[in-house]
Amino acid sequence: MSELDIVGPQLAILLAAGAVLVWDALLPTRRQYLPYIALAGILGAAIWTSTWVIRGDFQTAFDGTFAIDQYAVFFQYVFAGITAIVVIASIDWVNRVGRRQSEYYALVLTASAGLMFLAGARDLITIFLALELSSIPQYILAGWGKDQRSSEAGMKYLLLGAIASALLLYGMALLYGFAGSTLLTDISAAIADSGAGNRSLLIVASVLLIAGFGFKMAVVPFQMWVPDVYQGAPTPVAAFLSVGSKAAAFAVVMRLFFEGLGEQFLSNDWAMIFAVIAAVSMTLGNVFAIVQRDIKRMLGYSSIAQAGNFMIGLAAISIAGEHFVQGASGVLLFVAAYAFTNLGAFIAVIGISQKIGSDDIADYAGMWKRAPLLALALAFCLISLAGIPPTVGFWAKLYVFNAGIHADLAWLVIIGVLNSVVSAYYYLAVVRQMFMGEAEDEQKLAISPTVALALGVATIGVIVFGIIPTPLVDAAREAAAIFAAS
Amino acid sequence: MPLTVLVFLPAFAGLLGLLLPANRAHYARWVALAGSLLALALSIVLFFDFETGGGFQFVDRAAWIDVGVFDIQYFLAVDGLSLPLVVLTTFLTTAAVLVSFSIEHRPRAYFACLMVLSTAVLGVFTAMDFLLFFLFWELELFPMYLLISVWGSGRREYSAMKFVLYTVTGSAFMLVAILALAFSAGTFDMQVLGESSISSAVLPLRWVFLFLFIGFAVKLPIVPLHTWLPDAHSDAPTAVSVMLAGVLLKMGGYAIIRTCVTILPDQANDYGIWLAAIGAISVLYGAFVTFRQTDVKRLIAYSSVSHMGLVLLGIGALGTTAMVGAAYQMLAHGLITGMLFVVIGLMYERTHTREIGKLGGLARQMPLIATGLVFAGFASVGLPALAGFIAEVTVFLGAFQKHEWAVIMAIFGVVLSAGYILWTLQRVVFGPVRHEWDEVDDQKHWWEHASVVGLAALVILLGVYPSLIMDMLDPAIGVVSARVAG
Repeated sequence: MSELDIVGPQLAILLAAGAVLVWDALLPTRRQYLPYIALAGILGAAIWTSTWVIRGDFQTAFDGTFAIDQYAVFFQYVFAGITAIVVIASIDWVNRVGRRQSEYYALVLTASAGLMFLAGARDLITIFLALELSSIPQYILAGWGKDQRSSEAGMKYLLLGAIASALLLYGMALLYGFAGSTLLTDISAAIADSGAGNRSLLIVASVLLIAGFGFKMAVVPFQMWVPDVYQGAPTPVAAFLSVGSKAAAFAVVMRLFFEGLGEQFLSNDWAMIFAVIAAVSMTLGNVFAIVQRDIKRMLGYSSIAQAGNFMIGLAAISIAGEHFVQGASGVLLFVAAYAFTNLGAFIAVIGISQKIGSDDIADYAGMWKRAPLLALALAFCLISLAGIPPTVGFWAKLYVFNAGIHADLAWLVIIGVLNSVVSAYYYLAVVRQMFMGEAEDEQKLAISPTVALALGVATIGVIVFGIIPTPLVDAAREAAAIFAAS
Repeated sequence: MPLTVLVFLPAFAGLLGLLLPANRAHYARWVALAGSLLALALSIVLFFDFETGGGFQFVDRAAWIDVGVFDIQYFLAVDGLSLPLVVLTTFLTTAAVLVSFSIEHRPRAYFACLMVLSTAVLGVFTAMDFLLFFLFWELELFPMYLLISVWGSGRREYSAMKFVLYTVTGSAFMLVAILALAFSAGTFDMQVLGESSISSAVLPLRWVFLFLFIGFAVKLPIVPLHTWLPDAHSDAPTAVSVMLAGVLLKMGGYAIIRTCVTILPDQANDYGIWLAAIGAISVLYGAFVTFRQTDVKRLIAYSSVSHMGLVLLGIGALGTTAMVGAAYQMLAHGLITGMLFVVIGLMYERTHTREIGKLGGLARQMPLIATGLVFAGFASVGLPALAGFIAEVTVFLGAFQKHEWAVIMAIFGVVLSAGYILWTLQRVVFGPVRHEWDEVDDQKHWWEHASVVGLAALVILLGVYPSLIMDMLDPAIGVVSARVAG
């Protein structure tokens, strides 16, 4: 029973996924309640997670393959929040599409359960299974739209995802062959025992793992799918992909590399790999984002650049002690901040593109007059993505940069801040278009209440944590502290 | 408490004006005027309450974000260096409000931007926590961008974007330097930083000095980072030019003294000669380029580059006298150039041209405005008994021993400046009368001349009674130069 208790949040969500399907089969006329069942499941998961916080009794289960600790709790909250916002933002779109409503929610919930498993996984097999559990529904969702673009997106995502999984498995196999165990703690012990002798083997394994997860994180050079999939997939799905799987990949990479491959002689090597990937991702992502005319492609490239920003934090955590916590908590803070912000931006795009039937940035001209609140919310989210105060994005960037400085990565931080300047240019170009541009059509846009609600939650998060970041930073630090202790 | 009220009062008034109903939009100017007058009154009270030589006063301090190595305070205070600049800001804000009293296009938003700009600048001059300082520094960008791009003329969007990109690039370097400094000293507190001796940081300290300097030098501006200034000036509305030349440029000079020189005195010693050289080059280059200008506003903009070069020359000499001269030059230039822009704005409203070639003989048709222009022009030339003279002489006296050749170059530049100002006056105010301006109304509204008279009065006051300010600057700068001297 106690082990079921530990995976309670995931079970709650999976139960809701089942309930959604059954409800649809039994009461096909009452489809409008489907999202509420989904939300109830997510709420249940969040409450269950909270009982862990209240009990303060963190432990591992299933022979150490799965942990519930501050780190897992942090991510479970993030994923619950992401899924809830995505579900709310999808309602309108799902109703409009009409077909297969229950399947849509069930897939989103299943993917979400997979993400939550990832947060606590401490074993290679568990990690891989959880990753597939979250990925397969996402492949299907990416191809959910009826048009050719969406099918292409789904297919592309699936094929490249399969390659990434293969690379990942190969890396895992190497680690298993080396350590004789799939448990991260055993791997770590085996590495410590063997010393630096097997360094090259371990580096190959690390590179394969980074390649596999790099696909999910969408960092250069594993980013080719991003713009096409974001553009082709239905916008709510793109929103989910852009934050959910990215956050999960960072969550699991951090645990894997810290608990498993954290030995000093090795961590210096992979930290350098992360640093280089970070620099390249930020630069290329931003450069390509500038020239985009389609806002979803722009957000796609910007998410590549943002992943580069997170990665500064990963590169900064190879150093032990207080600085270590800084880098790790910087990544966590950034993940949470980015989740709010990017979701907000995507939801605003959902709201706008549904009404104007276009994703062209040029068509956003004069949006300030047509839908003032939507334009304002999108502006705040874009400003936060650019890392400009008083938004949560600023603190996230500041914190990660600070960690970089502490870890003696000044060169990377300089590249990072210069990239922020570049990114400000294209984010603010959209803002300028909305506020200064002259609309051809002055007609007001009516925004559906569910989109407004989802957007409101995300934007308020962006602003409130922008002015009072301390609670979020504290939570991130607590979550990251588990690595320092081990 | 008084400083907090002072800093946020303008923004409060501006946002209050934003709440006015649409049919009462033109009352926004009265709200803004009331707010700026209150702020002016409060700053004057503080000015006379200030205990000369008493270090930092009117301290407002509260913990804001305190997590781990991140200890950011809300910390405002003024000393003898910043208080005169604060008064200058409130005074020029009032002048700017008066100048734009007849604005028709979206007055509520206009005054909101103008007043938030004022708050940002006041924040920069009073913030004593480095991160808070940075936040205020960034805050100034938004209203400035909007003011130029919405209410400007000509290539306003280009100029606004250029302004933003230059400043943001500078602040990117600044942020790296701030983080590096804060990390090695363990605090963001500028007062503590300014008293401790930092011997090493994660970056070489000369880089830190250089990065900070780049951030501030863009604002000052120095040659060759000055090209945004003429564009911004020529496309900005009058009041914004007043604020830009009057106080925004001063942020650069103030920040160099407050941070570069005070926090890193050893590096300042090493690079003082470079600062002086860049300053002298700016003086000369600015003066030469001014000669080629045909647009009155661009002409004043280049003369600003030249005059702000003197500030840098004074700082580069690092002695008390020279730096007091630099600070005095900032005040004098703020008032005089502010006045020039006001008068040119009035002239432009009536003639709708700023081409020197199209103007002429205005002394006949608009005697009041012409008088103002001649007065401001003479003040800019450095006529004795006016503020500019005192400033220039003090800088030259202070810097001569240390950087003889730089001073000689700069004096040559000042002579050139006398030449171009007098030449311009001759062409615009005197010369053959042009009959197309026969009908213009010299004296339309009282508020137009209120600001001119007020500015002229201060220019005379600072010219005949310099010890009013000098006594305040002297001890504050003395502390800085003592640190540099070892």
